Amino acid sequence: MYDAIVIGVSKGGLQALKTVLGVLPVDFPTPVIIVQHQGEAELGTLATLLNKDLAIELKEADLNENIVGGHVYLSCPGYHLLVEQDKTLALSTDPPLNYSRPSIDVLFESAAEVYQDKLIGIILTGASADGSLGLATIKQYGGLALVQDPSTAEAARMPQAAIEAATIDHVLSLHDIGKFILRICYDNQ
Amino acid sequence: MSKALKDIEVDCLLEAIHQHYGYDFHNYAKASLKRRIQGFVSKTGHQQVSELVPKVLHDREFFGDFLHCMSVTVTEMFRDPAMFKELRENVIPTLKTYSRINIWHAGCATGEEVYSMAILLHEEGLLEQARIYATDLNHRSLATAQAAIYPAERMKLYSQNYLNAGGKQAFTDYYWENYDSAKINDFLRHKVTFASHNLCCDQNFAEMHLILCRNVLIYFDKNLQERVLDLFTKGLVPRGFLALGEKETLKFSSSQQQFDSLNDTLKIYRKKRHV
Repeated sequence: MYDAIVIGVSKGGLQALKTVLGVLPVDFPTPVIIVQHQGEAELGTLATLLNKDLAIELKEADLNENIVGGHVYLSCPGYHLLVEQDKTLALSTDPPLNYSRPSIDVLFESAAEVYQDKLIGIILTGASADGSLGLATIKQYGGLALVQDPSTAEAARMPQAAIEAATIDHVLSLHDIGKFILRICYDNQ
Repeated sequence: MSKALKDIEVDCLLEAIHQHYGYDFHNYAKASLKRRIQGFVSKTGHQQVSELVPKVLHDREFFGDFLHCMSVTVTEMFRDPAMFKELRENVIPTLKTYSRINIWHAGCATGEEVYSMAILLHEEGLLEQARIYATDLNHRSLATAQAAIYPAERMKLYSQNYLNAGGKQAFTDYYWENYDSAKINDFLRHKVTFASHNLCCDQNFAEMHLILCRNVLIYFDKNLQERVLDLFTKGLVPRGFLALGEKETLKFSSSQQQFDSLNDTLKIYRKKRHV
């Protein structure tokens, strides 16, 4: 029933992503696309760090890459990440949005147009309001919105802003978000 | 609004622009193009994309605004310092063996990387033998590039990039700061020719020893990427160099077999002797 999952995360992202993605098996059927705000200097290192602890393969997004299950695609510092109509990944060096490039809103809004009601959008810990509008767009297209419980977040601002901007389906702890997507994506196969 | 309707409107707009002005956006990557169009709709106080059609057709200035908005990218001096370091260490020494060299920055935007290149050539004693062609389809970006004035607040980052790229002097030698602006020194500009050029339809104009086209192909669909790479292949001298953006590659392109890879990570390629 769900064809893709998009995740937006900022401050505190490494631990949060480890917890959420850590429960996913290597052949998890639903592709996961992530925008993580990070500094230019960290290029490549986050993917390396995460891959040590994950069963499923995580990679930096490549231009024109097909989006397929069994993969987690991570944004690249300095580039917006978008989804094309033919379900491939696109990049841009358009101006930053919400002081961020990559911006979560850019990914979420482009993914919502493509996957419509077959998309799950998730906002995790972070110290900006990026992603709120994108999550609202996902809801407009009939997708599912999950947000990390701000009281459990390393930085509460981003999940809090998302809760204020959109109608959220579930507010959960990191651990429960992992369990939830695992269950919903297998139940719906 | 349903997605299909918006796509119809975007198609109408692109077709109107193509027929009236000759600018062809059909082969642009749609996701980022649609985002820019939507941004322009909001910025100009409109509700629907289709409202732009009569405006761009009948108001040339409005079309100028549109065109500018469609191709605003944000770059830096010495963006991807490792790439400039590689040029300095492994490309410039070869370029020094020619008596004259032509360099083409295709899609130069506001010119930050053009002046980075000029600085590099100057420090390597190659600027006087060089002619740099800097082209873009965005006239306003070209005007900014030609004026060579940038926000002074950016200079701190550029200075760091310059050092990481193996810069040999003080970066402050290359610009004048006045209030909140920084103007690039004239001696870096006199070997640069700025010109309007549209990669969708225009041809080569000189034989190049090095072509830099960074973060431009990401905006094109696969067909247009192929066209542009073919243009570059034909435009380079045998053993000429091609530098793409960090996330762009010749892999999966039919041009791949015409090139050797000089540096896979930094996306610097060298044309084969016999193509």
